[in-house]
Amino acid sequence: MELETLLLSRIQFAANISFHILFPTITIALGWVLLFFKLRYNRTGEERWMEAYRFWVKIFALSFAMGVVSGITMSFQFGTNWPGFMEKVGNIAGPLLAYEIMTAFFLEAVFLGIMLFGFSRVPNWLHTLATFLVAFGTMMSAFWIIVLNSWMHTPQGFEMIDGVAHATDWSAIIFNPSMPYRFTHMVLASFLTVSFLIAGVSAFRWLIGGRTEGVRVALKTAVIGAALLIPVQIFVGDMHGLNTKEYQPAKVAAMEGNWETDTGVPLVLFAIPDEEARENRFEIGIPKLASFILTHDWNGEVKGLNDFVTEDGEVLHPRVSPVFWSFRVMVGTGLLMLLVSWTATYMIMRRKRGVEGLPKPMLYALVGMSFSGWLATLAGWYTTEIGRQPWLVHGVLSTKEAVADVPAPLVLSTLIAYLAVYAALLLAYIFVIFYLARKAARGEEIGTRVAPSPAAAPKAMPAE
Amino acid sequence: MHYFGDPAIWLPFVFAALMGVSILIYVVLDGFDLGVGVLFPLAEDDEKDRMIASIGPFWDANETWLVLAVGLLLVAFPSAHGTILTALYLPVAIMLIGLILRGVAFEFRAKAPAPHKRLWNNAFFAGSLMTSLSQGFMLGMYVMGLEWTWLNVAFALLTAVFLTVGYSFIGATWVIHKTSEALQIKAVEWAKGGIWGLVLGIAAISLATPFVSARIFDKWFSWPEALYLAPLPILSAILVFWLWSMLRRMPHPEDRRSWQPFAAATALWVMAFGGMAYSFYPYVVPEQLTIYDAASAPESLFIILIGTCIVLPTIMGYTVLSYVIFRGKATELRYD
Repeated sequence: MELETLLLSRIQFAANISFHILFPTITIALGWVLLFFKLRYNRTGEERWMEAYRFWVKIFALSFAMGVVSGITMSFQFGTNWPGFMEKVGNIAGPLLAYEIMTAFFLEAVFLGIMLFGFSRVPNWLHTLATFLVAFGTMMSAFWIIVLNSWMHTPQGFEMIDGVAHATDWSAIIFNPSMPYRFTHMVLASFLTVSFLIAGVSAFRWLIGGRTEGVRVALKTAVIGAALLIPVQIFVGDMHGLNTKEYQPAKVAAMEGNWETDTGVPLVLFAIPDEEARENRFEIGIPKLASFILTHDWNGEVKGLNDFVTEDGEVLHPRVSPVFWSFRVMVGTGLLMLLVSWTATYMIMRRKRGVEGLPKPMLYALVGMSFSGWLATLAGWYTTEIGRQPWLVHGVLSTKEAVADVPAPLVLSTLIAYLAVYAALLLAYIFVIFYLARKAARGEEIGTRVAPSPAAAPKAMPAE
Repeated sequence: MHYFGDPAIWLPFVFAALMGVSILIYVVLDGFDLGVGVLFPLAEDDEKDRMIASIGPFWDANETWLVLAVGLLLVAFPSAHGTILTALYLPVAIMLIGLILRGVAFEFRAKAPAPHKRLWNNAFFAGSLMTSLSQGFMLGMYVMGLEWTWLNVAFALLTAVFLTVGYSFIGATWVIHKTSEALQIKAVEWAKGGIWGLVLGIAAISLATPFVSARIFDKWFSWPEALYLAPLPILSAILVFWLWSMLRRMPHPEDRRSWQPFAAATALWVMAFGGMAYSFYPYVVPEQLTIYDAASAPESLFIILIGTCIVLPTIMGYTVLSYVIFRGKATELRYD
């Protein structure tokens, strides 16, 4: 019974946070991309930049709304399902969450109104400033949350008094060892997600005949942006992995599917990890490569999972399969992104043909990759978060200590309700994005929130 | 003696006050836009568009006050956050799903193809209704001490209805202020119908509160404490009377005084809330946990307070700014 509540609560939290992270992943970077469009427009005065801005600001608004409402859910779930978390580490998590809510949330929410609807109501500089503040706010929001999340992986700067964590050094807490890597990795993930989304939707519009200047600049910006960022991301991801090896070796062992501590460990490309027998089946690997990647020495020693089982048989490493597989999904998607974005960039650059240089199959590939960023981001988060188990705060608080004593059927019923709502909304979200794209391709004006009607005709404009 | 006194005493109080202010601002601001959602089925299609336009630039900033309020509960009174939200597990889940539905319906109804618009209108109404009802239910359960007994649930169901009608009332006064002509006249009628929800809700909670706890009973009915509380019912009665007579004569020519019903409704809300805060202090979980028992460590609260002192005035400032920029009658909301 207790176990069921724990498992169901974990699934519910995972479902909620997975749904939530989809939308910040888009808004974190899209805010800056919109600022880029706006600044280009301010500088050149070319209408095509504003055209791109006007289309993508709608997607931003939609994503933002989805992010806000699913984010509210998160702040309640700490209490409804995980009261032990705040009771034990609330003195540290509290201020970080507070800063997230205060600085970022409000900055976004209030200036968003001006950014979305204020273009003709406020001076141009204020509209540009609002765009900047929304982008900045979203980024700060990500910063504080990543600080807290990283602290849960690599906690420091605190002391335990009567079983409750008390902060001793805030700069150590904020700049905890995994934070710089995780934050950079996430921000880059966001930019890549947005690049592929913009590239995919623009390619879609291009294919169905909406070949405007706005589509052209958006597609080109996105493809070249992706091509520039993906190698940086692979590099940062590798550094993040090395950092994880130092602080959470059990996670890395699960990612690599490495059971026994050894030297000259092979890089496992494919295997089916068998948790019962504690070994891999059908393993295909490249000899010594894992040792080389992780220690930069062909014969370096790499810790295996069996080192994380206590003498009385308690397993202190995560379940291997989910970590092992989600890591491979992330890396695989990343490599595919590299291939597609570099090929597309080459085609655009070749003899300076621009977007016309993209053949149809490439355009279809870009459409197919529209949400590849989501896939990679989720897979990456699953790797790191499932990899943190059985800890909620590494070495400080275990997940099962923190869970609420809510009856399992109650958790199950709310879980089903959340999942149904999320599935419906996700479908609606994707449907609406492509619907807007189709509408824009037909040259119809979109985004007026209110259909003009005779009754609404006598508009009392505010005195200005 | 410290200059400010013992931080373990004044910090929890300051945070309780900040949380109280956030909840108050939330119930007024999101109260009106939830109320607009509850009133949705009563309006014609083109009126719906204008009602949406009247809350469009504000709703998500309004909702962030809820995040701030529950966030302050979470960070400043962690054990209370756990106790309250675990006890209210189901209504919280219903509210969250409601908030999700109405929040996204805003965006989808404007962007989805025309045939789907009706669907999103319904989602907006259903989400607003679920949110209002579950908030009213939680209010009732909270007043009754968070115990799941039949009597308490029955009472909470009653407060659920009253709060929903109360929200629709303040929503109607907002529509009066932000619209004109036929819709404004309609909104006056809605407000007349909704004011009773607010009055009955305040009455029900006022009647129940002192009988749940002897401590509150003493606070209300012993001399001279009764004196401190006396202005609240008297002022509230005057306000209700004033509102009622004002609504009977609405709308005035040239839209004069259209802001007054909303202002009066807000004042009524403030008083009801003030009464509750006065009664329950110093408890954050009624009769179980005081703000002093539930508070985080002073050094953590102090860190949060520094940020709050910088951020809160800024937030207030630009909240006002955005209401000023989008002042006047609601017009088409356009992305340009």
